[in-house]
Amino acid sequence: MKILSIETSCDETSVAIVEDGRKILTNRIYSQIDIHQKYGGVVPEIASRNHVTKLPYIIDDALSETHMTLAEVDAIGVTNGPGLIGALLVGLSAAKAIAYSLDKPLIGVHHIEGHIAANFLQFPELEPPFLTLVVSGGHSHLVLVEDYQTFKVLGRTIDDAAGEAFDKISRVLGFGYPGGPAIDKAAKLGNLDAIAFPRVFLDKSEYNFSFSGLKSAVLNYINGMKMKNEPINPNDVAASFQMAVVEVLVKKTIDCAKHIRMDKICMAGGVSCNSLLRQMMTEEAAKAGLSLHYPDPILCTDNAAMIGAMAYYNYINGVVSDLSLNGIPGLKIGTR
Amino acid sequence: MNILTVDTSTIVASVAILNEEKLVGEMIVNHQKKHSEKLMVSIDHLLKDGGLSIREIDVFGVVAGPGSFTGLRIGMATIKGFAQALNKPVVGVSTLEALAMNIPFADGIICPVLDAQRNQTYTGAFHFEDGCLVRDLADSVLEIDALIDFLKKKDEPIYFLGDGLPRFSETLLSACPKGVRVPNYLSMNRASSAAALVLERALKGDVSHYRDIEPVYIRPSYAEEHKQ
Repeated sequence: MKILSIETSCDETSVAIVEDGRKILTNRIYSQIDIHQKYGGVVPEIASRNHVTKLPYIIDDALSETHMTLAEVDAIGVTNGPGLIGALLVGLSAAKAIAYSLDKPLIGVHHIEGHIAANFLQFPELEPPFLTLVVSGGHSHLVLVEDYQTFKVLGRTIDDAAGEAFDKISRVLGFGYPGGPAIDKAAKLGNLDAIAFPRVFLDKSEYNFSFSGLKSAVLNYINGMKMKNEPINPNDVAASFQMAVVEVLVKKTIDCAKHIRMDKICMAGGVSCNSLLRQMMTEEAAKAGLSLHYPDPILCTDNAAMIGAMAYYNYINGVVSDLSLNGIPGLKIGTR
Repeated sequence: MNILTVDTSTIVASVAILNEEKLVGEMIVNHQKKHSEKLMVSIDHLLKDGGLSIREIDVFGVVAGPGSFTGLRIGMATIKGFAQALNKPVVGVSTLEALAMNIPFADGIICPVLDAQRNQTYTGAFHFEDGCLVRDLADSVLEIDALIDFLKKKDEPIYFLGDGLPRFSETLLSACPKGVRVPNYLSMNRASSAAALVLERALKGDVSHYRDIEPVYIRPSYAEEHKQ
């Protein structure tokens, strides 16, 4: 079964064709990063404008790369939330019109479930159950994937997403947008023990995250140094900040897996590209005797292939959408 | 030639199917902005009630703007999707021009006024000459005073219509002694009016490819406007 999938929830316009939820035939991604960079972050209206202009081209690119026509596609998958509402509605409106024109099933997909399903594309043998750490610009969740349709949120951020903290600190340090890759790069040149930023574990028996306190601590440090007219070393700040985030993410994930007696863990979302997170999670998972999976960076950032993978599992489990499918900016995991 | 035209540029959601012989059907809902949820369902109903399949549509029309940014994109993305899937041409028309088509026998200036927020209006001006719509003012985003400056020079009746009237009609009518407020039922967007323009252009071969058509926002995004 070949599903053409569309993802426009933020600032990537992406179209993929995925076979049986596991095989990527094409995964075209038009990134608008260059456009949003000068504003220091994603501008929703500009993202939406670019989606409506670019989407037909990206669809055509995906079809020509696979030498397919739309008529040869078996179903249309589309992200319907969570995300920026104006951006979501572009992909959703197009997906509905295409599905209706061709009389093919329309399958709405939850963006975070899509991120998790990126692991199915990378690892053809991987099957639920497993525990997933989903970390991105908009999300930080620990999700137990019981089966292809049952997602239980065991922990979530109570304030900022991990990626949000990276973006904010990067901006303050002058590294620009997007913050994740910039901090990662700078941190490699810095000393991760230079500044003792707090690790916020909240209640140790729970798996929620909080990053706003850490963000404030970093800002206070920078402002404090400025007041004292002392220079800061941005690379040290980046390295110490990154370490504080990663240590919490890794510890919570490993503790959670042990607690629920789950020996398989995955990572997903843009922040899971972070090199320190990958390295530390790999080390700690090995120590704890847990298997660890995470997709290639291209499948961690927003892309339509992951939506196509998840759409397949929705479809074979009888989850198909009707023409009234709406974009839902705050769509909760495990809901439609 | 069967034309399907959608208008989601304002709070009104409207769909019409028009051909050379007749208006096959039209749906207008002036209630809530639930365009994303309702539009495809309405299109499906209208096609079925009109005894047509989407494959029998020859040209897809859309009200391209100005109007609500999100609304324009819902209509535009939908029409592009149809055209891409079925390999058919598209025609985009101006929201303001389409509104003027609501009152084709008006004997003076037609001035559509949309609420553009921030005390501004999306507006233009037209008149009919031998049954044809002639433009007197390009689609613009204007302070209401700037529109009045333009209209004050006119000595004909001026017909005001559009969703900006609840906010601006008092100001406009007191500044323009010959101003007339078009009754509400003719003052709102209706896809059949846009479809008449779409059909006219399609018959002349004045159509676009789905990749080449875009919403006509007129106003840049807030972030672009306020960048330095």
